[in-house]
Amino acid sequence: MNQHLILQVVSKMMIPLIVLFGFYVQFHGDFGPGGGFQAGVIIAAAVILYALVFGVDAAKKAVPPSWVRIGMTLGVLIYGGTGVATWLLGGEFLNYTFFAPASTHAAGQHWGILSVELGVLCTVTSAMLAIFYAFASRMPDLPDEDW
Amino acid sequence: MTTLFQHYNYAVVIVLMMIGLYVVFSSSNMIKKLVGLSVFQTSVFLLYISIGKITGGKPPILDPKEYEGHGGGHESAPAAAHGTGHEATSTTHEAVETGHEAMQDATHAAADTAEVIYSNPLPHVLILTAIVVGVATLAIGLALVVRTREAYGTIEENEIDELDYCDNLEGHVG
Amino acid sequence: MVHSLPVLIMELGFMAMLVVVAFAILRMRSLFAIVMLQGVYSLLSAAWFVSLDAVDVAFTEAAVGAGISTVLMLGAMLLTDRDARIISTKQKLGPLIVVIIAGLAMFYALGDMPAFGDAHSPANAGVGADYIAATRNEVFLPNVVTAVLASFRGYDTFGETVVIFMAGLGVVLLLGLNGNAGKWNAKPNGQCIAARNKPPMKIASVPKPQKPKPKRQVAVKKKVAVKKKVAKRKPAKPKAGGTS
Repeated sequence: MNQHLILQVVSKMMIPLIVLFGFYVQFHGDFGPGGGFQAGVIIAAAVILYALVFGVDAAKKAVPPSWVRIGMTLGVLIYGGTGVATWLLGGEFLNYTFFAPASTHAAGQHWGILSVELGVLCTVTSAMLAIFYAFASRMPDLPDEDW
Repeated sequence: MTTLFQHYNYAVVIVLMMIGLYVVFSSSNMIKKLVGLSVFQTSVFLLYISIGKITGGKPPILDPKEYEGHGGGHESAPAAAHGTGHEATSTTHEAVETGHEAMQDATHAAADTAEVIYSNPLPHVLILTAIVVGVATLAIGLALVVRTREAYGTIEENEIDELDYCDNLEGHVG
Repeated sequence: MVHSLPVLIMELGFMAMLVVVAFAILRMRSLFAIVMLQGVYSLLSAAWFVSLDAVDVAFTEAAVGAGISTVLMLGAMLLTDRDARIISTKQKLGPLIVVIIAGLAMFYALGDMPAFGDAHSPANAGVGADYIAATRNEVFLPNVVTAVLASFRGYDTFGETVVIFMAGLGVVLLLGLNGNAGKWNAKPNGQCIAARNKPPMKIASVPKPQKPKPKRQVAVKKKVAVKKKVAKRKPAKPKAGGTS
């Protein structure tokens, strides 16, 4: 009988809910407390929980380090890309009104904020996961007696 | 004494900051230093956020009814004339100010809503950034501690100093 | 008074617990306990943030401070030591004097700070109120903090995202994304500093049992070589400093 059976079953049920809650926090950051940073940390925490219960190797199969490496840069690119897109549409850097200049209820602002929060989510999740993988994969220097 | 009663939040925050600072200065273990730094940082955040608190205020999340004029209907929005110092000078937001004078005339018409006071949102924004930057520096600090441990075999600062001293004294061992 | 009585008692409770936890961090020596107490400190301050109407900040502090930060510190603690050494009283005296002087200076400045909850303090009567009004008129989002963070001060948030990216990059450069899986240890100038010149009279360290592992044979040979050098140098060198 696996001695971590309860932990494994419960975390298998909880991890999808945690990820779902993370996306909820991301998209409802405009309407309540939340936003990109909190959501990024929550989703990273879900993957870290998986790694703690099932082992770092299983987590690396689920979320490979190459995704993490790409995700870190992708987030910054999305954020900067939003600014460049407003440039190309005729405005200043990161002036979101130019996404929908004709709107009366600031739709451009909403699009811009959604886009930058997506960039922040990508970077924060990937950075936290990268740091966790870096620490967790390192072999400890001491023998097991210290535990 | 009344000063202390009016400023009790600052007094507590100062005590916490000094404890955190003392942990940073006096401990020779590097991880304990980093924990002390994290305690110090969090106390500074408490200082800033407590400055932004307004008596009788709400969290700075607007009631959606306030801007229901989603299409230029500013006049219909029951604009709560935010009483905390619109009289104060703000040269950078003149357009907002003129809009506010228009809304203040409108509020006399829409007098059914009470004044809604929100706590100051600006410290929240600053501290959000500061928290995330703090965890970033913590991560790099911990990575450096791990590498130091592997190079020197210890993370106590005075032992590292001794090893460095011996190392500099003898030069490179052949 | 800023709050009603029950809320005031709750706030005083948070403050008292924060001071107690900070003091416990100061006095403890077990690193595991210190890291756990740091997580408790972050959670308590997140609770106090909610009481101060800073819900976004409380969310972030709870997630980042009590979640990620604790995990990272535990990971680092696994790779390093478990206990902190005792500090001599002489070493504690200097920091104590500095901290007391700084604390007294700040208490002296306490009288000039605005009262807690003042709506007309310079911080609350200026730009803060304008941001709320600007969000109401221009951005049409309920959450003022998100609107300010992403739209009015979006450039600063761009910088913050780059800082997080750099932190991830820095840790990956220092430790490797796969942690280098113990394949190599830091060896400046080709030699491990600890094995090269341990102070000769380090009686306090307990000799570690040398398990025969294939990766560790290089380190075992170095330890044997250093022990020979130490045996030769023992009569000449005095005890190198005191580690208390």
